[in-house]
Amino acid sequence: MADYHLKMDNLSVGYNGKPLIRDINIGISKGEIVTLIGPNGSGKSTILKSITRQLKLIAGMVVFDRESIGEMSYKALSTRMSVVLTERMKPELMTCHDIVATGRYPYTGRLGILNREDEEKVEEAMRAVCAEDLGARDFNNISDGQRQRVLLARAICQDPEIIILDEPTSFLDIRHKLELLSILRNMAKQKQITVIMSLHEIDLAQKISDKILCVKGEWISHFGRPDEIFKEEIIRELYDIDNGFFDPCFGSIELPGPAGTPKILVLSACGTGIPVYRRLQKEQIPFAAAILYKNDIDYRLARLLAAEVVAEEPFREIGDEAFSRALSLVESCEAVFDAGVEIGPCNRRLSELFSEAERQGKLRKLRHEVLE
Amino acid sequence: MQQGFHMENFKRRSRYILVFAVLLAAFLAITVLNINTGNVDISVPEILRILFHGTGGTTEYNIIWKIRLPRILMAAILGGALSLSGFMLQTFFENPIAGPFVLGISSGAKMMVALTMIYFLGRSRSVSSYTLIAAAFLGSLLTIGFILLFSRRLHHMATLLVAGIMVGYICSAVTDFVITFAEDSDIVNLHGWSQGSFSGMSWSNVAVASAVVAATLLITFFLSKPIGAYQLGEAYAQSMGVNIKAFRVALILLSSILSACVTAFAGPISFVGIAVPYLIKRCLNTSRPLVVIPGTFLGGGVFCMLCDLIARTAFAPLELNISTVTSIFGAPIVIFMMLKRQKGRQ
Repeated sequence: MADYHLKMDNLSVGYNGKPLIRDINIGISKGEIVTLIGPNGSGKSTILKSITRQLKLIAGMVVFDRESIGEMSYKALSTRMSVVLTERMKPELMTCHDIVATGRYPYTGRLGILNREDEEKVEEAMRAVCAEDLGARDFNNISDGQRQRVLLARAICQDPEIIILDEPTSFLDIRHKLELLSILRNMAKQKQITVIMSLHEIDLAQKISDKILCVKGEWISHFGRPDEIFKEEIIRELYDIDNGFFDPCFGSIELPGPAGTPKILVLSACGTGIPVYRRLQKEQIPFAAAILYKNDIDYRLARLLAAEVVAEEPFREIGDEAFSRALSLVESCEAVFDAGVEIGPCNRRLSELFSEAERQGKLRKLRHEVLE
Repeated sequence: MQQGFHMENFKRRSRYILVFAVLLAAFLAITVLNINTGNVDISVPEILRILFHGTGGTTEYNIIWKIRLPRILMAAILGGALSLSGFMLQTFFENPIAGPFVLGISSGAKMMVALTMIYFLGRSRSVSSYTLIAAAFLGSLLTIGFILLFSRRLHHMATLLVAGIMVGYICSAVTDFVITFAEDSDIVNLHGWSQGSFSGMSWSNVAVASAVVAATLLITFFLSKPIGAYQLGEAYAQSMGVNIKAFRVALILLSSILSACVTAFAGPISFVGIAVPYLIKRCLNTSRPLVVIPGTFLGGGVFCMLCDLIARTAFAPLELNISTVTSIFGAPIVIFMMLKRQKGRQ
């Protein structure tokens, strides 16, 4: 209990005295990465701004290392907490090195002149984010990815115990998102720096975070480890998704599959079905998938996209129930697509399905061939 | 890499030194030129003798010591004050076109000074410079208060300026109104002053202005660290340990004192507050307050001395308003600056 690095204690946050989110009670341990997820406008930034004291707390308190943040001086806080904000910084005539060097502000003397040690910290921070070669460049003339790295370096060289980042990956392409997050990951684990941030990319949030905080309007809907949070129902409820589906295993979001009675039966295994499903989904043709073992990667996607899935428990021979269902689908569908299946001792009954489809003149082999 | 930054630092420092050297040289050259030129020709050896030995013909002695020298010093001090005030307002409003004149602060100060003068002169009493500065300071604060009220609601940069310009017009209208109905003797005094001029400065003016401006400059210089933090935006500054509320108040008070001091002595002077900080930042190639603050002050001094020289001599014996000259030089710089920003955005 007392070992939490940062604790929100009955915290209510909001603007102009009006609470937006009430009664937040959360403890964060040192070196943890905590990610806030939730729909736009749910109050992720409001919470972060309250922790950084940009906003006055409405009620409750934020306890940082057993001290209430509201009672710490700005100066004392600045040597322990640094920030990367969403608002675009538009400095005039400042090089990236200058920007990073502002992180040393709390440590320099009255006139803010950097000494040798400060300079070393600046360079170390720039190395940590792989931005050494940006030093002399004008901050306004670099790419978004570089800018975020420089701002992170600035936050790092402030030597904080905790870093708060508000949507650090916005505007970044996928490579830079990954780069930035892996820098954060390393930093948190090696230097035991606590990281609290908000992210829009829930798939990345799942992969980088130790804890996830789901923010949804007035309250915190869930808080816990990613494996506790990334469940279909929780995510669907959090984002009010009813036209799309979330796969907790890979953190991926799928568009809804075509509904209706299946017109096409897809026979596949080990991923051969995935491109076929996607193609049929785009064409909005309802389809069925058979016969998939529940540990097959095709099964995970078919579950979300197919109108019907005929499945069998892993490592068993195909049972009568599944087989007869598949057989009736061969009967009712207009075509049967063979996406490529290895036939072995367990699934040998599939070859019976293939010959039945062939007999009815419905079988189309898609192996090594482009879907038309 | 280490080497690279040291090289970079060295280059920067050399640049700072060069810019300051040029400014100082210009300062000296213009001072000499200013003493030297005027309706009464005085030769250089004569000037030197008067300056360093205090001897010479009485008329020349009086011209130099009582008219030209105080005027030159005043142009330098007030020009510096005006530019510095502009720099601080630009930092405060995060807007490069902010300045005491554009935001109507000079006009607000002018209005209060005019009212004060008419009140005192109407009772045939003399007005001390301190009273005038206080009045101008009050006027500045009132206008800034107005603009802050506006800026709470209007976050857009253009609307802020429009608000400032409108407030400026209102204050100017009030000033013109009271001048129109003032007594004849007051008008003579007020009219020249309300157009902006460095003429008629006395040594006691110089003493008061330099005391006020020097104190403010010193305080501002020691605020260069938080000013630098504030340049990254309020939120970042706070995260760096700046007490934003106190800092904002300090910035407004200091810039008001400076523009009030200028207005009290020389009336409203346009464009110096925007053009000089811009030019100095470009020359130094940095916005670091530690060098920009002294640079802006010195640059403003040089700029106003030069403008005053032109105002005095261009159509001698007629004298131009100082604002006429500063506008001719300053306005194109501001237009250039906006074009350049637009380009940078595209």
